[in-house]
Amino acid sequence: MDKLIIGGREFTSRLFVGTGKFSSNERMASAIEATGTEMVTVAMKRIDLENREDDMLRHIRRDNIQLLPNTSGVRNADEAVLAAQLAREAFGTNFIKLEIHPDPRYLLPDPAETLAATERLAKMGFVVLPYIQADPVLCKRLEDAGTAAVMPLGAPIGTNKGLLTRDFLRIIIEQSNVPVVVDAGIGAPSHAAEAMELGADAVLVNTAIAVAGDPVAMAGAFRKAVEAGREAYLAGLGAVSASAQAEASSPLTSFLD
Amino acid sequence: MKIYVNRAETELGAEATIADLVAGQQLPDRGIAIAVDNKVVPRAAWENTPLHEGANVTIIRAVCGG
Repeated sequence: MDKLIIGGREFTSRLFVGTGKFSSNERMASAIEATGTEMVTVAMKRIDLENREDDMLRHIRRDNIQLLPNTSGVRNADEAVLAAQLAREAFGTNFIKLEIHPDPRYLLPDPAETLAATERLAKMGFVVLPYIQADPVLCKRLEDAGTAAVMPLGAPIGTNKGLLTRDFLRIIIEQSNVPVVVDAGIGAPSHAAEAMELGADAVLVNTAIAVAGDPVAMAGAFRKAVEAGREAYLAGLGAVSASAQAEASSPLTSFLD
Repeated sequence: MKIYVNRAETELGAEATIADLVAGQQLPDRGIAIAVDNKVVPRAAWENTPLHEGANVTIIRAVCGG
């Protein structure tokens, strides 16, 4: 497949993967490997001094994998900037998935705080990938602010509902000068393929793989779907007819006469 | 002196640095980051950064997430 470049780094795989909700770190590691991904998200948490846990990083750190720490849990731009600085120090990367969703019920991103944080983080040298509503105007504002990519949602986080924002994703993809990564809501390989066919540069999938009956097999299915979708986009899809009438694909000469 | 580590009250020696805190708590030296009063202190400066009475120390590590 053709390569994707974000923050000066080349990605062959266009499937980014989250690490939440797996039943064990071992299962997560196997599933991540099966996706063929080169970009993996992690969250951050305050260490509990009374209750030490297994270090999940050792299950995902590989030479070909770019860690994408997220700012989940922050409520505003100030907290997001501190979280990004902590992530850079802890994980040695300037990539940051900026997510500011103060409302825990719908987890919808706050556009004003996200734009303000993107501006500040880009100036500080971060490679910013903001999680946002599928808002084409916001995407252009983020571009002006120096974002490295935009990550519009297909549907609310963890819902597996697919591309409810399809028409707005189309506009974003048409207008964007930075990579478009469809994040959140992708619940089936067909959703991922559809996003890629629309011309998205990549998709980020977590829940659909993690909660599948067989996460490793589902990881493989997503890998193929993303590749197929990208190839279809590059091949150029045929136009959808506006008419209800059929258009013959076989000659209608009556050869039995 | 009394400081707060991830909001929990912790007792430390009077001259303690961040490096002393890390060693005392047997924290790993990889995969964590530390902020004092909401300012990140780079690893290279842990040795020479003294803590002060009432300091608000944040220590984070990676957890699974999307």
